[in-house]
Amino acid sequence: MDPLIPLTVAVPLLAAALLAAFSPFVTRRVIELSSIAVAAAVTAMCLLLLSGASEAPLVYWFGGHMPRDGLALGIAFVVDPLGAALAAFAGVLVTATLVYSWRYFDAVGVLFHSLLLIFLAGIIGLAISGDLFNIFVFLELLSVAAFALTGYKIEETGPLQGALNFGVTNTVGAFFVLWGIALLYGRTGALNLAQMGETLAGGPVDSLVVTAIALLATGFFIKAAIVPFHFWLADTYATAPLPVCILLGGVVSELGLFAFARVYWTVFDGALASSHEELRILLLAAGALTAVVGAVMSFAQRHLQRMLAFSVIAHAGLLLVGLGLMSPAGLAGAAVYLLAGGLVKASLFMCLGILQHRLGGVDELRLHGRARHMIFTGTLFLVGGLVLAGIPPAGTYAGKALLEEEANLLGLSWVTPLFVLVSCLTGGAVLRAAGKVFMGWGPPPGHSGGEEDAQVGQETTVERDRTPAVMFVPALVLLTAAIIIPFVPGLLGGSEAAAVAFADRPAYAGSVLLGTRHPITEARAHEWTVPTELIAGAASVIGAVALAAFTLRRAPLPQKALGKARTGAERVVGGLTKLHSRHIGDYTAWLTMGAALLGGALAAALL
Amino acid sequence: MSYLPFAVAVYLFLIGLWGIVISRNLIHLVVCLSVVQSSTYIVLLAVGYRAGGTAPIFLDVPVGRRAVDPIVQALTLTDVVVGVTVSALLLALAVQVHKRSGTLDPELLTSSRD
Amino acid sequence: MTSRGRRGLFLTGAAGLALLLLWGTAGLPDFGDYQHLYGLTLNAESVAATRATNAVAAVTFDYRGFDTLGEEFILFAAVLGTALLLRAQREEEEEPPEDMAPDRRPPHDSDAVRELCLGLVAPIFLFGVYIVVHGHLSPGGGFQGGVVLATAPLLMYIGGEYRGLRTVTPEAPLELVKGAGTGGYVLIGLSGLWFGTSFLDNALPRGNAGDVISSGTILALNLAVGMAVAGGLVLLLTEFLEQTLVLRSRSRK
Repeated sequence: MDPLIPLTVAVPLLAAALLAAFSPFVTRRVIELSSIAVAAAVTAMCLLLLSGASEAPLVYWFGGHMPRDGLALGIAFVVDPLGAALAAFAGVLVTATLVYSWRYFDAVGVLFHSLLLIFLAGIIGLAISGDLFNIFVFLELLSVAAFALTGYKIEETGPLQGALNFGVTNTVGAFFVLWGIALLYGRTGALNLAQMGETLAGGPVDSLVVTAIALLATGFFIKAAIVPFHFWLADTYATAPLPVCILLGGVVSELGLFAFARVYWTVFDGALASSHEELRILLLAAGALTAVVGAVMSFAQRHLQRMLAFSVIAHAGLLLVGLGLMSPAGLAGAAVYLLAGGLVKASLFMCLGILQHRLGGVDELRLHGRARHMIFTGTLFLVGGLVLAGIPPAGTYAGKALLEEEANLLGLSWVTPLFVLVSCLTGGAVLRAAGKVFMGWGPPPGHSGGEEDAQVGQETTVERDRTPAVMFVPALVLLTAAIIIPFVPGLLGGSEAAAVAFADRPAYAGSVLLGTRHPITEARAHEWTVPTELIAGAASVIGAVALAAFTLRRAPLPQKALGKARTGAERVVGGLTKLHSRHIGDYTAWLTMGAALLGGALAAALL
Repeated sequence: MSYLPFAVAVYLFLIGLWGIVISRNLIHLVVCLSVVQSSTYIVLLAVGYRAGGTAPIFLDVPVGRRAVDPIVQALTLTDVVVGVTVSALLLALAVQVHKRSGTLDPELLTSSRD
Repeated sequence: MTSRGRRGLFLTGAAGLALLLLWGTAGLPDFGDYQHLYGLTLNAESVAATRATNAVAAVTFDYRGFDTLGEEFILFAAVLGTALLLRAQREEEEEPPEDMAPDRRPPHDSDAVRELCLGLVAPIFLFGVYIVVHGHLSPGGGFQGGVVLATAPLLMYIGGEYRGLRTVTPEAPLELVKGAGTGGYVLIGLSGLWFGTSFLDNALPRGNAGDVISSGTILALNLAVGMAVAGGLVLLLTEFLEQTLVLRSRSRK
């Protein structure tokens, strides 16, 4: 088991270097096949680690530098089930993306494959590292690969600007993280998460601790696109090449939240144990705001890629609500939701890629009714919309049900309506698009000008007759996986047990610093098929369908009936749209403001 | 006086961000990002400074001589490499933006997209 | 947002952030009052343990060598990414240079600049090699030496010998150097797994502290990084230089 731990990172990195070095001497087919084989093998290794770690967390010290009397000299990987599961999930997505983009990146040969393998190594390292600076290194590794991949379409200004905004904001985020690391190092003299947590747990909660958590949270929330740090995401995900979006939308935004959760529960939880209540209010507020802003903006988009981009923001918000419950059950629900939501978003981005491939564009109005003949893709897209809305008993529903049950136990009854609202809007947006594009329902376009067209780059009018199997099959597989998640034996209970271990700081510190074994005991997840949850799930789906139907109606309703509500909604959306100005200066100003607000709120909450 | 290095780091962090906010040229913006980054060098090195310490290199001074923390220096080295690579990528993007749109001004770039 | 609104928003936020940072750093120990065991321990024992007299090198390539692996691949990814972003487009050949003012001409070649630059190429190269191979002994190492090595060909460019530059730095061997250096780091790490206890274990003979051949894998990793950085940076620089060179050669016609 042990040597497997470093190999999960070393193998994809070595493969990336070898592919780049030997690319002139081998054919393109060899590069494609070998990169798929490497990604699949790494996924299998992560799954093996997952099964090993589900008994007790595995600790690996690089260079053989074991800790001495609680002093960590080297860097450790600490494989817990949640981290290993995230790593395996990333492996699945990268493998699927490599298959999917079989012919997509013809122009750049090996560069895409090498970058994708580096990217995978970055995610795996981030997921299982037990060292704060090492987490920063892997975060930067995957970010650098992502910056380059998002700017792939160098012939258009939109993607270039999206990549620039992505690069600048996320790099500023990295510097916030680094500042937080410097402060914590000044206080604890450690970079090992467990050792930092032990030192902080015995000390005061003062200005340094509050500032450190505020800076780290700012940095990670920029990466996770939490309001008001989210602006870059819509620009980037709406313009990046679709195969890259599969990964970005499927797993990358969530990594910021994972890193925050990891650092909170290993470093800060001991020191801040008495402030759970206050922290909960703060995180829930940020999560709810993000979810609502993302969902409303998602519903307002007609460019399908931009619509899914805002959907990603809404989901990040829901996940933050899950983390904000500050309990193992909340973490478990968030983990299930991350998995299911990531799979369905990846599958939907794949569907967009098929539309782009077949019809040369992904604009809802331009494609109106033009995809009527694409029955299979249409079905996939429609089902994807229903799963996104959380139709029972799909994985998205199970994740949300677990979170809602936990929220109800904590007396937070407003969480269920929030989830229903967000599901209605994000699911409804996809269903509406499905109705327009694949059915030709709704008022045909004509009068509406192309005001938004140029924002999203040139759309060609190339039409192709066939959907390649390499594009369709991965989309189908991922969507099926998203649906059957709750029925995988042991997955729900296992995630609950894993979450209990994830949130147990003393046990984590013991296994890292003292080498004691802390077996992960079995746990039962909340019931997820209780009547109230089924009703909430049904309400989400019915609401989504109703919203979609409402916007698809042919005859406009009398203005009087809805006049006021409508202009009000338009004003809100218009105001929000104006804020998403694509101006990097605006975004930086917002993130500075956000950091100050977060710092102020944390100071008020913790002291 | 003992607080000065930290105050300088805070100043650099904010003045760099200010530069990004008001920048009218992407090249200038990337340089401002490097200014933000240089604040992290200073804060890292400052937390590892030991009064009266020499460099942690024991080639011609004996082991045991008072020296500053070697770890933050290694971290700063990593930080420098991160900065160089990000700058290279962002400048490459800026080169392409200029080729496509003929401008490097974020203001014009935002408004010209119609 | 208007320029004014943007500045107002930033200044308000920045005031808060400044207060937060000042307040937070006030919680640090006084400047110079360093008490942490991590640094004190490594300064006390790293020379005896690794035989590298440069404690920073011991941290970079031994105790925290795994960070450096990630760092090397960040550079590797950036070189790949730059090649991806600056790749030649088909229509580019026909585009006239946009930003070349009619009265702007390339500067005249200066013999002094030329001779000085070309004369410095060999010494700088040698100096780079020196910095790389003494990384475990004195300040320097693979990253620093690699950058110095990469400046040698850059001097040829400044001296006006672009053709000569391309002759001494053809792309394929550079790719190989970079790939060997980057992959070599992983392979040395794997050797620790093979011969020793764990990945990146310093399992080679370590020799005597102060000798050029000493410190086991620290020297080997320094060499690998030196190759990767030198090869990678030259590739990176030539990507950018080619962007400007297209314009310059046209304007001479």
